[in-house]
Amino acid sequence: MSVVVKASHVYKVFGKRPNEVIKRLEEGADRKDLTKLGTAAVIDASFEVEEGEIFVVMGLSGSGKSTLIRTLNGLWDTSGGSVEVLGTDISTADSSTLRKVRGKHVSMVFQHFALLPHRTVRENAAYSLEIQGMPKNQRLEKAEEWLKAVGLDGWGDKYPQQLSGGMQQRVGLARALAAETDILLMDEAFSALDPLIRREMQEQLVELQSKLNKTIIFITHDLNEAMFLGDRIAVMRDGRIVQIGTSEEILTQPADDYIAEFVQDVDRTRVLTAASIMRETKATISIEAGPRLAMRTLEDSNSSGLLVLDDNRTVLGMVSDRNVVRAAREGQQTIADIVEKTDLFTVRPETPISELFAPSSAAKVPLTVIDENQRLLGIVPRVALLNSMADPGPATGEIPPVQEASEPVVVSPSAAESDSEDGAAFTDEQATPTEVADASADVESAAGSADEGTGAATRGATDAERGKH
Amino acid sequence: MDFMNPRLPVGDWVNDFLTWFIGAFQWLLDIINFILSGLYEVLYLVFSSPIYLVMIIILAAIAFFAAGWKVALFTLIGFYFVRALDQWDNTMSTLALVIVAVLVALIIAIPLGILAAKVSWVSTVVKPVLDFMQSMPALAYLVPAILMFSIGQTPGAVATIIFALPPGVRLTELAIRQVNTEVVEAGQAFGASSGHILSKIQIPLAMPTIMAGVNQVIMLALSMVVLAGMVGAGGLGGAVVGGIQNVDVPLAVEAGLAVVVIAIFLDRVTAALGRKTPIERARKAAAA
Ligand SMILES: Nc1ncnc2c1ncn2[C@@H]1O[C@H](COP(=O)(O)OP(=O)(O)OP(=O)(O)O)[C@@H](O)[C@H]1O
Ligand SMILES: [Mg+2]
Repeated sequence: MSVVVKASHVYKVFGKRPNEVIKRLEEGADRKDLTKLGTAAVIDASFEVEEGEIFVVMGLSGSGKSTLIRTLNGLWDTSGGSVEVLGTDISTADSSTLRKVRGKHVSMVFQHFALLPHRTVRENAAYSLEIQGMPKNQRLEKAEEWLKAVGLDGWGDKYPQQLSGGMQQRVGLARALAAETDILLMDEAFSALDPLIRREMQEQLVELQSKLNKTIIFITHDLNEAMFLGDRIAVMRDGRIVQIGTSEEILTQPADDYIAEFVQDVDRTRVLTAASIMRETKATISIEAGPRLAMRTLEDSNSSGLLVLDDNRTVLGMVSDRNVVRAAREGQQTIADIVEKTDLFTVRPETPISELFAPSSAAKVPLTVIDENQRLLGIVPRVALLNSMADPGPATGEIPPVQEASEPVVVSPSAAESDSEDGAAFTDEQATPTEVADASADVESAAGSADEGTGAATRGATDAERGKH
Repeated sequence: MDFMNPRLPVGDWVNDFLTWFIGAFQWLLDIINFILSGLYEVLYLVFSSPIYLVMIIILAAIAFFAAGWKVALFTLIGFYFVRALDQWDNTMSTLALVIVAVLVALIIAIPLGILAAKVSWVSTVVKPVLDFMQSMPALAYLVPAILMFSIGQTPGAVATIIFALPPGVRLTELAIRQVNTEVVEAGQAFGASSGHILSKIQIPLAMPTIMAGVNQVIMLALSMVVLAGMVGAGGLGGAVVGGIQNVDVPLAVEAGLAVVVIAIFLDRVTAALGRKTPIERARKAAAA
């Protein structure tokens, strides 16, 4: 991984006296007090974008997103600081170097499309290739392919004004993609699209990115979009970058109240993953252990069942308290005979929590998070899942226990607390038989192969989102 | 100097300057004279040598391809009418003079307008000069023009060029500035050179407004032909001036009507050319 775009202390001030504005800002002045001297659109922005990363810049209208992205390909000079793209210092480059960098390495999708109105859609899509010097027939053919890729098959002969805003946006996208540069700057590239197509384009972009390893700098004011696309997200406010982090970090550890408020209505189930809410558990037992040790572990962990592991921590199944007691009474030497697999539902750490609700509500025991070698990583008790839906207080990573989530069976508050603290796996609450014969049958078949189950869940969730938008 | 009764001899200064200028730059004036009168002679020869019916058909064909059959029909009838007024030769002479003046005016005005749009100090300098050129009474150009080129076609053409030039510069500058900056940025963002951006984005998008400027230049040039007639340019202007001097009403009216025919012809044809630019074609396609 190498850094392909690097911004260091970038300032952009519109107005007559940018240097004075920068000096005053550095001295701690508020940009609102400097409006007479100039508009500070970007203030002290520093970040690095790595190869193959989708870096999202998010912020409200007027926060300086477009200004920032324009400094990255030198459309606008920086007033202070420097921008490096693939090792070239954009802020000092001469115009022919700039042209080369833009033509070969950085293309851009514009917020307001910026299509050439006097050219057909196909010619517009071919524009980047025209500048690269590709012969006419070849570039028009290529443009047609990209138009197809963005779903504009058959629109090549129209003029941009004959297309809806969303379609024009896609022409802009095709034009940028046709350039086949390794860096893509996208300024609210999907804002004009209707939700269905938007979703589709987002997915396409992610796919494209992973296939072609493009580095994408994506601007949006839509938090859900930011969370969906962004490997990392920079949140801008009044010209400053106030936080840079993964979507989970932004969501669970907002840097200040502003961001906390901002992220309040994000659909966090799409962002948070099993890994971010899973707990460690002590309610495990080795397959070689006897029923007596199992009984002690059950007692210690205050739970009603144990996960059975082998020496590699591979999950083999579970044992329930009832069976452990019976095995002990019958004098069995190991628990191997009473291991059950039926109630276990395993998920992968990267599974979004939106896909955990259905299995969790049907399962009698917490979901088990395993890695690709079937080794235990942690568990997701239902209460943790429900909890993740609540807003975190500012700057809290821990999810506090919530008692109203407990089921009818009486659990003393103190017990509930200690449960979630040491992450007891099989609490009574969870183990309460919730007579769901059909559901458990479902879970059973799904649990047969974790991957299969996740795949199905993914599809289901995607459909659900489609419907929602 | 008496401050209560000021008298600045600006006219004398200008006169002195002109005398000096003519002495020092006679060669330049000769070149200008050669080019302008040469162009005029060639064009006049081309226009007046075929028999008038052939010429009318050629003009009508131009009108047809540029502006459609209605304008073509007008051209047929209008120029036949001109011939019937016995103003054919004068009309061809005036047409040649106007076209020469307009061509030269545009060759100066359009690049200057583009430069003014791109370089802000050029714009700052050019604006007051254009204001001056436009507000100065057109007649006032004639005297220095005669001084420099003596009488004939050239002083008329020079005065016409100076008088008709300003809207060409102004509208070109405006047209280029009006082009959506984001579209220009798109060109830059994909690595286009500034020459490419100018020729493939800015000028095509500015074309309708530039053509409006061309149209105005032509109309102003036509309005100058009568004045040009005063300095011996002949043509319809000469006929009108002759009509005034001899109180020859019929002659003045007939020559005036011929000017109207030329004006309508040139206006309709250039306006139609403005509608044939790619951007207008795109707009039309979108409206359909
Ligand atoms: N060319 C300009 N001249 C002067 N001020 C400008 C210019 N462009 C932007 N600004 C100012 O800079 C600030 C940031 O603008 P910018 O366009 O970067 O915001 P944005 O985050 O992209 O907003 P949006 O979501 O509405 O696109 C605004 O206050 C704007 O008024
Ligand atoms: Mg913007």
